[in-house]
Amino acid sequence: MNNIRKNRLKDQAFKIWGIFCTLLGLVLLAVFIGNILVDGIMRIDWEFVMNLPSRKPEKAGIYTALMGSIWVLLLTTIIALPVGIAAAIYLEEYSKKNKLATILEVNISNLAGVPSIIYGLLGLEVFVRIMEMGASVLAGSFTLALLILPIVIVSTREALKAVPKSIRDASFAMGASKWQTVYHQLLPASFGGILTGIILALSRAVGETAPLIVIGALAYVPFAPSSVMDEFSVLPIQIFNWITRPQHGFVENAAAAIIILLLITFVMNGIAVYFRNKWQKKFK
Amino acid sequence: MSKDKKESVIESSIKRKYKLQAKDVKVWYGDFMAIKGISMDIKPNKVTAFIGPSGCGKSTFLRLFNRMNDYVDGFKMGGEINIDGSNINAKDINVELLRKQVGMVFQKPNPFPKSIFENVAYGLKIQGLKDKAFLEERVESSLKQVALWDEVKNDLNKSALALSGGQQQRLCIARTLAVEPSIILMDEPTSALDPISTAKIEELIYKLKDKYTIVIVTHNMQQASRISDNTAFFYLGELIEYDKTNKIFTNPEKEQTENYITGRFG
Repeated sequence: MNNIRKNRLKDQAFKIWGIFCTLLGLVLLAVFIGNILVDGIMRIDWEFVMNLPSRKPEKAGIYTALMGSIWVLLLTTIIALPVGIAAAIYLEEYSKKNKLATILEVNISNLAGVPSIIYGLLGLEVFVRIMEMGASVLAGSFTLALLILPIVIVSTREALKAVPKSIRDASFAMGASKWQTVYHQLLPASFGGILTGIILALSRAVGETAPLIVIGALAYVPFAPSSVMDEFSVLPIQIFNWITRPQHGFVENAAAAIIILLLITFVMNGIAVYFRNKWQKKFK
Repeated sequence: MSKDKKESVIESSIKRKYKLQAKDVKVWYGDFMAIKGISMDIKPNKVTAFIGPSGCGKSTFLRLFNRMNDYVDGFKMGGEINIDGSNINAKDINVELLRKQVGMVFQKPNPFPKSIFENVAYGLKIQGLKDKAFLEERVESSLKQVALWDEVKNDLNKSALALSGGQQQRLCIARTLAVEPSIILMDEPTSALDPISTAKIEELIYKLKDKYTIVIVTHNMQQASRISDNTAFFYLGELIEYDKTNKIFTNPEKEQTENYITGRFG
Protein backbone atom coordinates (compact mmCIF):
# COMPACT_ATOMS: atom_id res chain seq x y z
CA MET A 1 0.00 0.00 0.00
CA ASN A 2 2.68 2.38 1.06
CA ASN A 3 4.67 1.60 -2.03
CA ILE A 4 1.82 2.39 -4.36
CA ARG A 5 1.32 5.78 -2.70
CA LYS A 6 4.99 6.53 -3.05
CA ASN A 7 4.95 5.64 -6.71
CA ARG A 8 1.98 7.88 -7.34
CA LEU A 9 3.71 10.74 -5.60
CA LYS A 10 6.79 10.24 -7.73
CA ASP A 11 4.59 10.17 -10.79
CA GLN A 12 2.98 13.46 -9.83
CA ALA A 13 6.32 15.04 -8.99
CA PHE A 14 7.76 14.12 -12.34
CA LYS A 15 4.71 15.42 -14.14
CA ILE A 16 5.06 18.84 -12.51
CA TRP A 17 8.80 18.93 -13.20
CA GLY A 18 8.06 18.01 -16.83
CA ILE A 19 5.55 20.82 -17.22
CA PHE A 20 8.07 23.26 -15.76
CA CYS A 21 10.79 22.12 -18.18
CA THR A 22 8.46 22.33 -21.14
CA LEU A 23 7.39 25.85 -20.29
CA LEU A 24 10.88 27.10 -19.41
CA GLY A 25 12.04 27.66 -22.97
CA LEU A 26 8.72 29.02 -24.11
CA VAL A 27 8.41 31.48 -21.24
CA LEU A 28 11.93 32.80 -21.78
CA LEU A 29 11.24 33.24 -25.49
CA ALA A 30 7.97 35.00 -24.73
CA VAL A 31 9.69 37.41 -22.32
CA PHE A 32 12.39 38.11 -24.90
CA ILE A 33 9.88 38.73 -27.67
CA GLY A 34 7.80 40.90 -25.37
CA ASN A 35 10.84 43.02 -24.58
CA ILE A 36 11.79 43.35 -28.22
CA LEU A 37 8.24 44.29 -29.16
CA VAL A 38 8.14 47.03 -26.52
CA ASP A 39 11.46 48.41 -27.76
CA GLY A 40 10.96 48.13 -31.46
CA ILE A 41 7.36 47.88 -32.59
CA MET A 42 6.87 51.67 -32.70
CA ARG A 43 9.89 52.02 -34.92
CA ILE A 44 8.55 49.81 -37.71
CA ASP A 45 6.98 51.60 -40.60
CA TRP A 46 7.31 51.57 -44.36
CA GLU A 47 10.15 54.07 -44.24
CA PHE A 48 12.16 51.92 -41.84
CA VAL A 49 11.92 49.07 -44.33
CA MET A 50 12.71 51.21 -47.38
CA ASN A 51 15.43 53.52 -45.98
CA LEU A 52 19.13 53.09 -46.69
CA PRO A 53 21.59 52.93 -43.78
CA SER A 54 22.40 56.22 -42.11
CA ARG A 55 24.50 57.59 -39.27
CA LYS A 56 21.35 59.11 -37.80
CA PRO A 57 19.27 56.38 -36.15
CA GLU A 58 15.93 57.97 -36.96
CA LYS A 59 16.80 58.07 -40.67
CA ALA A 60 18.41 54.65 -40.88
CA GLY A 61 16.52 51.75 -42.47
CA ILE A 62 17.03 48.10 -43.24
CA TYR A 63 16.54 48.24 -46.99
CA THR A 64 20.06 47.18 -48.01
CA ALA A 65 20.27 44.45 -45.36
CA LEU A 66 16.81 43.12 -46.18
CA MET A 67 17.58 43.02 -49.90
CA GLY A 68 20.94 41.41 -49.11
CA SER A 69 19.17 38.72 -47.09
CA ILE A 70 16.69 38.07 -49.88
CA TRP A 71 19.44 37.85 -52.50
CA VAL A 72 21.48 35.47 -50.37
CA LEU A 73 18.42 33.37 -49.54
CA LEU A 74 17.41 32.97 -53.19
CA LEU A 75 20.93 32.16 -54.39
CA THR A 76 21.52 29.75 -51.51
CA THR A 77 18.33 27.94 -52.48
CA ILE A 78 19.34 27.74 -56.12
CA ILE A 79 22.73 26.29 -55.17
CA ALA A 80 21.85 23.98 -52.28
CA LEU A 81 18.59 22.55 -53.60
CA PRO A 82 19.66 20.56 -56.67
CA VAL A 83 22.93 19.45 -55.06
CA GLY A 84 21.35 18.36 -51.79
CA ILE A 85 18.40 16.57 -53.35
CA ALA A 86 20.57 14.76 -55.89
CA ALA A 87 22.98 13.62 -53.17
CA ALA A 88 20.08 12.39 -51.04
CA ILE A 89 18.56 10.48 -53.96
CA TYR A 90 21.90 8.86 -54.66
CA LEU A 91 22.48 7.84 -51.05
CA GLU A 92 18.94 6.59 -50.50
CA GLU A 93 18.08 4.93 -53.80
CA TYR A 94 21.25 4.13 -55.71
CA SER A 95 24.21 3.48 -53.42
CA LYS A 96 24.72 -0.05 -52.13
CA LYS A 97 24.29 -0.38 -48.38
CA ASN A 98 27.92 -1.21 -47.61
CA LYS A 99 30.68 0.12 -45.35
CA LEU A 100 31.50 3.07 -47.61
CA ALA A 101 27.85 4.14 -47.56
CA THR A 102 27.83 4.00 -43.76
CA ILE A 103 30.97 6.13 -43.58
CA LEU A 104 29.44 8.68 -45.98
CA GLU A 105 26.25 8.71 -43.96
CA VAL A 106 27.94 9.27 -40.60
CA ASN A 107 30.08 12.05 -42.02
CA ILE A 108 27.17 13.89 -43.55
CA SER A 109 25.46 13.83 -40.16
CA ASN A 110 28.72 15.09 -38.65
CA LEU A 111 28.84 17.96 -41.14
CA ALA A 112 25.46 19.12 -39.87
CA GLY A 113 27.09 19.62 -36.48
CA VAL A 114 30.17 21.58 -37.59
CA PRO A 115 30.13 25.12 -36.10
CA SER A 116 29.05 27.66 -38.68
CA ILE A 117 32.16 29.79 -38.23
CA ILE A 118 34.21 26.91 -39.64
CA TYR A 119 32.09 27.07 -42.78
CA GLY A 120 32.83 30.79 -42.85
CA LEU A 121 36.58 30.11 -42.83
CA LEU A 122 36.15 27.51 -45.56
CA GLY A 123 34.14 29.98 -47.64
CA LEU A 124 36.75 32.69 -47.09
CA GLU A 125 39.54 30.44 -48.35
CA VAL A 126 37.77 28.67 -51.20
CA PHE A 127 35.21 31.10 -52.58
CA VAL A 128 36.53 34.53 -51.62
CA ARG A 129 40.25 33.90 -52.18
CA ILE A 130 40.91 30.87 -54.40
CA MET A 131 37.90 31.34 -56.66
CA GLU A 132 38.28 35.12 -56.43
CA MET A 133 34.65 35.92 -55.82
CA GLY A 134 35.49 38.56 -53.22
CA ALA A 135 33.09 39.36 -50.39
CA SER A 136 30.19 39.06 -52.81
CA VAL A 137 26.61 37.84 -52.61
CA LEU A 138 27.78 34.81 -54.59
CA ALA A 139 30.54 33.89 -52.11
CA GLY A 140 28.13 34.32 -49.21
CA SER A 141 25.51 32.17 -50.87
CA PHE A 142 27.96 29.39 -51.65
CA THR A 143 29.11 29.43 -48.03
CA LEU A 144 25.57 29.25 -46.65
CA ALA A 145 24.67 26.61 -49.23
CA LEU A 146 27.50 24.42 -47.89
CA LEU A 147 26.28 25.09 -44.37
CA ILE A 148 22.71 23.90 -45.03
CA LEU A 149 23.61 21.11 -47.47
CA PRO A 150 23.81 18.40 -44.77
CA ILE A 151 20.42 19.45 -43.40
CA VAL A 152 18.89 19.33 -46.89
CA ILE A 153 20.43 15.90 -47.55
CA VAL A 154 19.35 14.40 -44.23
CA SER A 155 15.78 15.71 -44.43
CA THR A 156 15.38 14.71 -48.08
CA ARG A 157 16.53 11.19 -47.22
CA GLU A 158 14.03 11.02 -44.38
CA ALA A 159 11.27 12.08 -46.74
CA LEU A 160 12.30 9.46 -49.34
CA LYS A 161 12.50 6.79 -46.64
CA ALA A 162 8.93 7.56 -45.62
CA VAL A 163 7.61 6.51 -49.04
CA PRO A 164 6.37 2.91 -48.59
CA LYS A 165 8.45 0.17 -50.19
CA SER A 166 5.33 -1.13 -51.92
CA ILE A 167 5.36 1.94 -54.18
CA ARG A 168 8.90 1.18 -55.31
CA ASP A 169 8.00 -2.49 -55.84
CA ALA A 170 4.97 -1.53 -57.92
CA SER A 171 6.94 0.87 -60.07
CA PHE A 172 9.85 -1.51 -60.67
CA ALA A 173 7.45 -4.36 -61.44
CA MET A 174 5.84 -2.19 -64.11
CA GLY A 175 9.19 -1.98 -65.86
CA ALA A 176 10.23 1.44 -64.61
CA SER A 177 13.92 2.20 -64.28
CA LYS A 178 15.33 3.60 -61.04
CA TRP A 179 15.28 7.13 -62.35
CA GLN A 180 11.70 6.79 -63.62
CA THR A 181 10.67 5.49 -60.20
CA VAL A 182 12.40 8.39 -58.48
CA TYR A 183 10.99 10.98 -60.85
CA HIS A 184 7.42 9.72 -61.28
CA GLN A 185 6.76 8.20 -57.86
CA LEU A 186 9.22 8.99 -55.08
CA LEU A 187 9.76 12.72 -55.64
CA PRO A 188 6.05 13.55 -55.97
CA ALA A 189 5.22 11.37 -52.96
CA SER A 190 7.94 12.90 -50.79
CA PHE A 191 7.62 16.46 -52.09
CA GLY A 192 6.01 17.84 -48.94
CA GLY A 193 8.66 16.33 -46.70
CA ILE A 194 11.51 17.56 -48.86
CA LEU A 195 10.03 21.04 -48.98
CA THR A 196 9.63 21.11 -45.20
CA GLY A 197 13.29 20.22 -44.69
CA ILE A 198 14.45 22.81 -47.18
CA ILE A 199 12.39 25.61 -45.66
CA LEU A 200 13.68 24.78 -42.18
CA ALA A 201 17.24 24.76 -43.52
CA LEU A 202 16.72 28.11 -45.22
CA SER A 203 15.21 29.66 -42.13
CA ARG A 204 18.42 28.66 -40.37
CA ALA A 205 20.47 30.21 -43.19
CA VAL A 206 18.62 33.53 -43.01
CA GLY A 207 19.63 33.94 -39.37
CA GLU A 208 23.32 33.01 -39.83
CA THR A 209 25.77 35.78 -39.01
CA ALA A 210 29.17 34.38 -38.16
CA PRO A 211 30.14 32.77 -41.48
CA LEU A 212 29.10 35.86 -43.42
CA ILE A 213 31.12 38.15 -41.16
CA VAL A 214 34.13 35.88 -41.67
CA ILE A 215 33.89 36.03 -45.46
CA GLY A 216 33.71 39.82 -45.22
CA ALA A 217 30.07 40.80 -45.54
CA LEU A 218 29.89 44.42 -44.45
CA ALA A 219 27.85 46.15 -41.81
CA TYR A 220 27.59 49.27 -43.88
CA VAL A 221 26.69 48.95 -47.55
CA PRO A 222 25.37 52.09 -49.20
CA PHE A 223 23.22 50.31 -51.80
CA ALA A 224 21.28 47.10 -52.16
CA PRO A 225 23.05 44.50 -54.36
CA SER A 226 22.14 44.58 -58.01
CA SER A 227 24.21 41.59 -59.14
CA VAL A 228 25.64 38.43 -57.61
CA MET A 229 29.12 39.94 -57.54
CA ASP A 230 28.13 42.97 -55.43
CA GLU A 231 29.08 43.36 -51.82
CA PHE A 232 26.25 42.95 -49.39
CA SER A 233 24.98 42.97 -45.84
CA VAL A 234 22.26 40.85 -44.26
CA LEU A 235 19.73 41.48 -41.49
CA PRO A 236 21.56 39.71 -38.64
CA ILE A 237 24.76 41.64 -39.38
CA GLN A 238 22.81 44.88 -39.47
CA ILE A 239 21.28 44.01 -36.10
CA PHE A 240 24.66 43.15 -34.64
CA ASN A 241 26.08 46.42 -35.92
CA TRP A 242 23.27 48.55 -34.48
CA ILE A 243 23.43 46.88 -31.09
CA THR A 244 27.10 47.78 -30.73
CA ARG A 245 26.35 51.50 -31.26
CA PRO A 246 26.09 53.71 -28.16
CA GLN A 247 23.07 55.86 -29.20
CA HIS A 248 19.71 54.73 -27.84
CA GLY A 249 18.06 55.25 -31.23
CA PHE A 250 20.06 52.40 -32.70
CA VAL A 251 18.90 50.02 -29.95
CA GLU A 252 15.36 50.76 -31.07
CA ASN A 253 16.39 50.13 -34.66
CA ALA A 254 17.97 46.82 -33.70
CA ALA A 255 14.80 45.74 -31.89
CA ALA A 256 12.72 46.67 -34.92
CA ALA A 257 15.02 44.74 -37.25
CA ILE A 258 14.88 41.73 -34.90
CA ILE A 259 11.10 41.79 -35.12
CA ILE A 260 11.29 41.69 -38.89
CA LEU A 261 13.89 38.90 -38.89
CA LEU A 262 11.81 36.84 -36.44
CA LEU A 263 8.75 37.46 -38.56
CA ILE A 264 10.55 36.07 -41.60
CA THR A 265 11.72 32.92 -39.82
CA PHE A 266 8.35 32.33 -38.13
CA VAL A 267 6.53 32.65 -41.45
CA MET A 268 8.99 30.24 -43.07
CA ASN A 269 8.60 27.73 -40.25
CA GLY A 270 4.83 28.13 -40.44
CA ILE A 271 4.89 27.27 -44.13
CA ALA A 272 7.09 24.26 -43.36
CA VAL A 273 4.68 22.99 -40.69
CA TYR A 274 1.76 23.48 -43.08
CA PHE A 275 3.40 21.36 -45.77
CA ARG A 276 4.41 18.71 -43.27
CA ASN A 277 0.85 18.29 -42.01
CA LYS A 278 -0.57 18.25 -45.50
CA TRP A 279 1.96 15.65 -46.61
CA GLN A 280 1.55 13.39 -43.59
CA LYS A 281 -2.13 12.96 -44.39
CA LYS A 282 -1.34 11.56 -47.80
CA PHE A 283 -0.25 8.11 -46.67
CA LYS A 284 -2.69 7.64 -43.84
CA MET B 1 16.43 -31.91 -92.52
CA SER B 2 19.79 -30.50 -91.43
CA LYS B 3 20.89 -30.96 -87.86
CA ASP B 4 20.67 -27.23 -87.05
CA LYS B 5 17.17 -26.99 -88.37
CA LYS B 6 16.12 -30.05 -86.46
CA GLU B 7 17.45 -28.55 -83.24
CA SER B 8 15.65 -25.27 -83.77
CA VAL B 9 12.40 -27.12 -84.40
CA ILE B 10 12.86 -29.02 -81.17
CA GLU B 11 13.68 -25.78 -79.39
CA SER B 12 10.59 -24.01 -80.61
CA SER B 13 8.43 -26.93 -79.63
CA ILE B 14 9.91 -26.71 -76.15
CA LYS B 15 9.05 -23.03 -76.22
CA ARG B 16 5.46 -23.82 -76.95
CA LYS B 17 5.33 -26.48 -74.33
CA TYR B 18 7.00 -24.52 -71.53
CA LYS B 19 6.63 -20.82 -70.90
CA LEU B 20 8.91 -20.73 -67.89
CA GLN B 21 11.74 -23.05 -67.02
CA ALA B 22 13.88 -23.17 -63.90
CA LYS B 23 17.04 -25.24 -64.02
CA ASP B 24 18.70 -26.14 -60.72
CA VAL B 25 17.95 -22.71 -59.23
CA LYS B 26 19.62 -21.82 -55.95
CA VAL B 27 19.24 -18.60 -54.00
CA TRP B 28 21.28 -17.20 -51.14
CA TYR B 29 20.62 -14.18 -48.94
CA GLY B 30 24.07 -13.59 -47.52
CA ASP B 31 24.97 -16.95 -45.98
CA PHE B 32 21.40 -18.21 -45.78
CA MET B 33 20.38 -20.57 -48.55
CA ALA B 34 16.74 -19.82 -49.30
CA ILE B 35 16.29 -22.06 -52.35
CA LYS B 36 18.21 -25.28 -52.62
CA GLY B 37 18.24 -26.30 -56.24
CA ILE B 38 14.81 -26.24 -57.84
CA SER B 39 14.03 -27.29 -61.40
CA MET B 40 10.56 -26.95 -62.84
CA ASP B 41 8.72 -26.20 -66.07
CA ILE B 42 5.61 -24.09 -66.26
CA LYS B 43 3.16 -24.45 -69.11
CA PRO B 44 1.69 -21.50 -71.03
CA ASN B 45 -1.94 -20.43 -70.52
CA LYS B 46 -2.24 -22.36 -67.32
CA VAL B 47 -2.60 -21.25 -63.73
CA THR B 48 0.21 -22.66 -61.62
CA ALA B 49 -0.09 -22.39 -57.85
CA PHE B 50 2.83 -22.36 -55.42
CA ILE B 51 1.87 -23.59 -51.95
CA GLY B 52 3.84 -24.27 -48.80
CA PRO B 53 4.32 -22.98 -45.26
CA SER B 54 5.73 -19.50 -44.56
CA GLY B 55 9.44 -19.21 -45.24
CA CYS B 56 9.49 -22.14 -47.67
CA GLY B 57 10.90 -19.95 -50.45
CA LYS B 58 7.85 -19.83 -52.70
CA SER B 59 7.69 -16.02 -52.83
CA THR B 60 11.43 -15.76 -53.34
CA PHE B 61 11.16 -18.26 -56.17
CA LEU B 62 8.27 -16.35 -57.76
CA ARG B 63 10.24 -13.12 -57.66
CA LEU B 64 13.04 -14.68 -59.67
CA PHE B 65 10.85 -14.70 -62.78
CA ASN B 66 10.77 -10.89 -63.00
CA ARG B 67 14.06 -10.40 -61.17
CA MET B 68 12.51 -8.48 -58.29
CA ASN B 69 15.18 -9.90 -55.97
CA ASP B 70 17.87 -7.92 -57.78
CA TYR B 71 17.62 -5.02 -55.35
CA VAL B 72 17.71 -7.14 -52.21
CA ASP B 73 20.98 -6.75 -50.31
CA GLY B 74 23.04 -9.92 -50.20
CA PHE B 75 21.00 -11.67 -52.91
CA LYS B 76 22.90 -14.27 -54.95
CA MET B 77 21.59 -16.77 -57.40
CA GLY B 78 22.78 -19.94 -59.15
CA GLY B 79 21.22 -21.94 -61.95
CA GLU B 80 19.14 -20.66 -64.82
CA ILE B 81 15.69 -19.27 -65.45
CA ASN B 82 14.35 -19.30 -68.99
CA ILE B 83 11.34 -17.55 -70.42
CA ASP B 84 10.34 -18.73 -73.90
CA GLY B 85 13.66 -20.51 -74.01
CA SER B 86 15.95 -17.56 -73.27
CA ASN B 87 17.89 -17.01 -70.08
CA ILE B 88 16.53 -13.94 -68.29
CA ASN B 89 19.71 -13.46 -66.28
CA ALA B 90 21.91 -13.21 -69.37
CA LYS B 91 24.02 -10.06 -69.57
CA ASP B 92 22.23 -8.64 -72.61
CA ILE B 93 18.77 -8.91 -71.03
CA ASN B 94 17.19 -5.56 -70.28
CA VAL B 95 15.47 -6.01 -66.93
CA GLU B 96 12.97 -3.19 -67.63
CA LEU B 97 11.87 -4.92 -70.83
CA LEU B 98 11.65 -8.25 -69.01
CA ARG B 99 9.27 -6.75 -66.46
CA LYS B 100 7.03 -5.42 -69.21
CA GLN B 101 6.66 -9.01 -70.34
CA VAL B 102 6.31 -10.45 -66.84
CA GLY B 103 3.82 -8.49 -64.76
CA MET B 104 3.44 -8.78 -61.01
CA VAL B 105 0.59 -8.34 -58.52
CA PHE B 106 1.49 -8.00 -54.86
CA GLN B 107 0.10 -9.20 -51.56
CA LYS B 108 -1.16 -5.83 -50.40
CA PRO B 109 -2.87 -3.71 -53.04
CA ASN B 110 -0.31 -1.03 -53.86
CA PRO B 111 -1.80 1.54 -56.21
CA PHE B 112 0.27 4.66 -56.78
CA PRO B 113 -0.97 7.75 -54.91
CA LYS B 114 -2.27 9.09 -58.20
CA SER B 115 -5.52 9.06 -60.15
CA ILE B 116 -7.11 5.83 -61.38
CA PHE B 117 -6.29 6.77 -64.95
CA GLU B 118 -2.66 7.56 -64.13
CA ASN B 119 -2.29 4.22 -62.35
CA VAL B 120 -3.36 2.21 -65.35
CA ALA B 121 -1.52 4.39 -67.86
CA TYR B 122 1.74 4.40 -65.86
CA GLY B 123 3.37 1.41 -67.55
CA LEU B 124 2.62 2.83 -70.98
CA LYS B 125 3.71 6.35 -70.11
CA ILE B 126 7.10 5.23 -68.86
CA GLN B 127 7.56 3.45 -72.16
CA GLY B 128 7.22 6.89 -73.74
CA LEU B 129 3.72 6.42 -75.15
CA LYS B 130 1.90 9.76 -75.10
CA ASP B 131 -0.94 9.47 -77.60
CA LYS B 132 -4.00 10.39 -75.56
CA ALA B 133 -6.55 8.43 -77.57
CA PHE B 134 -4.39 5.32 -77.38
CA LEU B 135 -3.86 5.66 -73.63
CA GLU B 136 -7.58 6.21 -73.03
CA GLU B 137 -8.48 3.19 -75.09
CA ARG B 138 -5.94 0.99 -73.33
CA VAL B 139 -7.03 2.20 -69.88
CA GLU B 140 -10.63 1.41 -70.72
CA SER B 141 -9.91 -2.06 -72.11
CA SER B 142 -7.67 -2.93 -69.15
CA LEU B 143 -10.28 -1.82 -66.62
CA LYS B 144 -12.93 -3.79 -68.52
CA GLN B 145 -10.80 -6.93 -68.38
CA VAL B 146 -10.77 -6.76 -64.58
CA ALA B 147 -14.47 -5.83 -64.44
CA LEU B 148 -13.73 -2.50 -62.81
CA TRP B 149 -14.73 -0.21 -65.67
CA ASP B 150 -18.39 0.13 -64.77
CA GLU B 151 -17.52 0.94 -61.18
CA VAL B 152 -14.98 3.67 -61.93
CA LYS B 153 -15.65 5.02 -65.43
CA ASN B 154 -16.97 8.32 -64.06
CA ASP B 155 -14.16 8.70 -61.51
CA LEU B 156 -11.07 8.10 -63.61
CA ASN B 157 -9.49 11.29 -62.30
CA LYS B 158 -10.14 10.52 -58.66
CA SER B 159 -7.38 9.17 -56.44
CA ALA B 160 -6.90 5.42 -56.59
CA LEU B 161 -6.46 5.44 -52.81
CA ALA B 162 -10.17 6.22 -52.42
CA LEU B 163 -11.13 2.80 -53.84
CA SER B 164 -11.90 -0.19 -51.60
CA GLY B 165 -9.22 -2.84 -51.04
CA GLY B 166 -10.73 -5.25 -53.54
CA GLN B 167 -11.12 -2.52 -56.14
CA GLN B 168 -7.52 -1.42 -55.54
CA GLN B 169 -6.29 -4.95 -56.16
CA ARG B 170 -8.27 -5.22 -59.39
CA LEU B 171 -6.85 -1.83 -60.37
CA CYS B 172 -3.35 -3.21 -59.75
CA ILE B 173 -4.14 -6.15 -62.02
CA ALA B 174 -5.49 -3.76 -64.67
CA ARG B 175 -2.31 -1.72 -64.38
CA THR B 176 -0.33 -4.88 -65.08
CA LEU B 177 -2.53 -5.90 -68.03
CA ALA B 178 -2.22 -2.47 -69.64
CA VAL B 179 1.34 -3.16 -70.80
CA GLU B 180 0.25 -6.50 -72.29
CA PRO B 181 2.57 -8.94 -70.54
CA SER B 182 2.50 -12.63 -71.40
CA ILE B 183 3.07 -13.82 -67.83
CA ILE B 184 1.47 -12.56 -64.62
CA LEU B 185 3.01 -13.36 -61.27
CA MET B 186 0.74 -13.05 -58.25
CA ASP B 187 2.12 -13.04 -54.73
CA GLU B 188 -0.78 -13.92 -52.43
CA PRO B 189 -3.05 -11.45 -54.23
CA THR B 190 -6.12 -12.03 -52.06
CA SER B 191 -4.62 -12.46 -48.60
CA ALA B 192 -5.51 -8.87 -47.64
CA LEU B 193 -9.04 -9.02 -49.07
CA ASP B 194 -12.51 -9.96 -47.86
CA PRO B 195 -14.24 -13.12 -49.22
CA ILE B 196 -16.36 -11.30 -51.80
CA SER B 197 -13.40 -9.41 -53.26
CA THR B 198 -11.42 -12.66 -53.18
CA ALA B 199 -14.11 -14.44 -55.19
CA LYS B 200 -14.04 -11.66 -57.79
CA ILE B 201 -10.28 -11.90 -58.15
CA GLU B 202 -10.40 -15.70 -58.44
CA GLU B 203 -13.01 -15.46 -61.15
CA LEU B 204 -10.81 -12.96 -62.91
CA ILE B 205 -7.74 -15.20 -62.71
CA TYR B 206 -9.75 -18.02 -64.24
CA LYS B 207 -10.72 -15.80 -67.18
CA LEU B 208 -7.26 -14.36 -67.67
CA LYS B 209 -5.55 -17.67 -68.31
CA ASP B 210 -6.86 -17.71 -71.87
CA LYS B 211 -4.45 -14.93 -72.67
CA TYR B 212 -1.80 -15.13 -69.99
CA THR B 213 0.38 -17.60 -68.15
CA ILE B 214 -0.35 -17.13 -64.45
CA VAL B 215 1.76 -18.14 -61.50
CA ILE B 216 0.20 -17.56 -58.11
CA VAL B 217 1.61 -17.92 -54.63
CA THR B 218 -1.09 -18.65 -52.10
CA HIS B 219 -1.49 -19.58 -48.47
CA ASN B 220 -5.04 -20.62 -49.07
CA MET B 221 -5.22 -24.25 -50.18
CA GLN B 222 -8.87 -24.07 -51.18
CA GLN B 223 -7.89 -21.23 -53.45
CA ALA B 224 -5.13 -23.26 -55.04
CA SER B 225 -7.48 -26.18 -55.62
CA ARG B 226 -10.19 -23.89 -57.04
CA ILE B 227 -8.24 -21.90 -59.55
CA SER B 228 -5.05 -23.68 -60.53
CA ASP B 229 -4.28 -26.31 -63.15
CA ASN B 230 -0.98 -27.32 -61.63
CA THR B 231 0.28 -27.03 -58.09
CA ALA B 232 3.79 -27.01 -56.69
CA PHE B 233 4.43 -27.73 -53.02
CA PHE B 234 7.53 -26.11 -51.53
CA TYR B 235 9.11 -26.90 -48.21
CA LEU B 236 12.29 -25.42 -46.70
CA GLY B 237 13.62 -24.15 -50.00
CA GLU B 238 12.94 -27.32 -51.92
CA LEU B 239 10.31 -28.32 -54.43
CA ILE B 240 8.73 -31.38 -52.85
CA GLU B 241 6.06 -32.18 -55.38
CA TYR B 242 4.74 -30.65 -58.60
CA ASP B 243 1.83 -32.12 -60.48
CA LYS B 244 -1.72 -31.59 -61.70
CA THR B 245 -3.69 -29.77 -58.99
CA ASN B 246 -6.24 -32.52 -58.92
CA LYS B 247 -3.56 -35.11 -58.22
CA ILE B 248 -1.82 -33.06 -55.53
CA PHE B 249 -5.04 -32.54 -53.60
CA THR B 250 -6.51 -36.02 -53.96
CA ASN B 251 -3.61 -38.39 -54.27
CA PRO B 252 -0.22 -36.81 -53.57
CA GLU B 253 2.90 -38.92 -54.07
CA LYS B 254 4.84 -37.62 -51.06
CA GLU B 255 3.92 -37.91 -47.45
CA GLN B 256 5.02 -34.33 -46.69
CA THR B 257 2.61 -32.99 -49.28
CA GLU B 258 -0.21 -35.02 -47.85
CA ASN B 259 0.57 -33.87 -44.33
CA TYR B 260 0.55 -30.25 -45.44
CA ILE B 261 -2.64 -30.28 -47.48
CA THR B 262 -4.51 -32.19 -44.81
CA GLY B 263 -3.43 -29.57 -42.30
CA ARG B 264 -1.20 -31.74 -40.15
CA PHE B 265 1.49 -29.07 -40.26
CA GLY B 266 2.17 -25.65 -41.78
